[in-house]
Amino acid sequence: MRPLTEEETRVMFEKLAKYIGENLQLLIDRPDGTYCFRLHSDRVYYVSEKILKLAANISGDKLVSLGTCFGKFTKTHKFRLHVTALDYLAPYAKGFGVAAKSTQDCRKVDPMAIVVFHQADIGEYVRHEETLT
Amino acid sequence: MEGQSVEELLAKAELDEAEKLRRITVHKELELEFDLGNLLASDRNPPTGLRCAGPTLDAELRSLARDNMQLIINQLWQLPTERVEEALVARLLEPTTRLPPEKPVPRPRPLMCWQQFARLKGIRPKKKTNLVWDEVSGQWRRRWGYQRARDDTKEWLIEVPGGADPLEDQFTKRVQAKKERVAKNELIRLRNLARAHKTQLPNAAGLHPTEHQSKEELGRAMQVAKVSTASVGRFQERLPKAPHGAGKKRQFQPLFGDFAAEKKNQLELLRVMSSKKPQLDIIRATNKQLREEDQEEAAKRRKLSQKGKRKGGRQGPGSKRKGGPPNQGGKRKGGFGGQMSSGPPGLGGKRKGGRQHQGGKRRK
Repeated sequence: MRPLTEEETRVMFEKLAKYIGENLQLLIDRPDGTYCFRLHSDRVYYVSEKILKLAANISGDKLVSLGTCFGKFTKTHKFRLHVTALDYLAPYAKGFGVAAKSTQDCRKVDPMAIVVFHQADIGEYVRHEETLT
Repeated sequence: MEGQSVEELLAKAELDEAEKLRRITVHKELELEFDLGNLLASDRNPPTGLRCAGPTLDAELRSLARDNMQLIINQLWQLPTERVEEALVARLLEPTTRLPPEKPVPRPRPLMCWQQFARLKGIRPKKKTNLVWDEVSGQWRRRWGYQRARDDTKEWLIEVPGGADPLEDQFTKRVQAKKERVAKNELIRLRNLARAHKTQLPNAAGLHPTEHQSKEELGRAMQVAKVSTASVGRFQERLPKAPHGAGKKRQFQPLFGDFAAEKKNQLELLRVMSSKKPQLDIIRATNKQLREEDQEEAAKRRKLSQKGKRKGGRQGPGSKRKGGPPNQGGKRKGGFGGQMSSGPPGLGGKRKGGRQHQGGKRRK
């Protein structure tokens, strides 16, 4: 278990920024406690300081997981985000969908035109289970 | 009255003329030394007026500057002029003052082994011709290098020498011998470079197996072998009895480091990432600069060698053998054509860091 290096942090932040953008700093700097990212056997865990101190007492090969797994680094050092990160990303997520017009057209079009098709958000069925029949 | 006014006017005109003349001609006890090539005038007159000036120092300095400037301009007007695109232009002379060099003088390099030896023994380099007559091909060939005159690896018939094994391949033997000579020369060159730059060659003990190898040599050989794969050892399994944790170790931050500092670093990283301005990566910028300079020098050398070859080719077929070797027009730099290294290339791996003055070390 170790903290992330500069390079690894940068790769991970670039990935996370695609989903939550500037709100990433709310993950780093939380008012309700010190949370940090730790790397354990190629997986990145988002864990509070308290839990981290407890986990340090478990030997590396016996430690399975700690805190929340955000994702893992592949053999070629790319960061793959896991679904277990959803709970932390969802509150800060940027709206997403398929672009209906090209970037240039989006600029010239009138205010009432459709620019994004919101479709294929599978999670919506789970999130809004009560409201959907 | 009119006469008076006319007289007054004339007198005034005369006064003005005198004034102008006084302005144009400047009286100096010692003549100034002019270097018009640099637009320079040296005034050797002792500045007594300035020393006792006191409060009027500024005015005195200004008048001195005006006078000297006037003299320079007088000199400039005496130069031959010409008209360039509706402007009257004076043709300046060659500068006579010798300016000091911009960069410090390079220090003398330490002599190579052979140079020291030659100096001791008093050996002078014998002047040899570049081209030698080759009977076999019936043309002038180089003394050494590409398509040289007597290339023993290119012979089609080799007699088996008396004491040699009849089943031995003499051709491959010659090729091997040449490869060994080339490798030896390369090693000596790298060793010279290392000595010149006061670094060390990477220790290759254990990589050329001999009879008895120590435990450390074997360990090092094993380590090097592990890393010598296409993935630089990433997917090599560990040997069962190999000591775990051999080789280079990476340093990481401690597990419970300063959380506040960690937070600050991450926020700083975020800020840099989200800023719209592109960030300057010093290492990549310097590497790019170095690479461009290398390419320019290689292109220059190639151009020079092309010029030389072209001139030599034109005169070659025209000359007879008895006339001696044809002239080699143009320069041709010796050494391994196109290969340039003033730093230790095989020693330090990737170049990093800034560039010091030309000819010096490149920082690793």
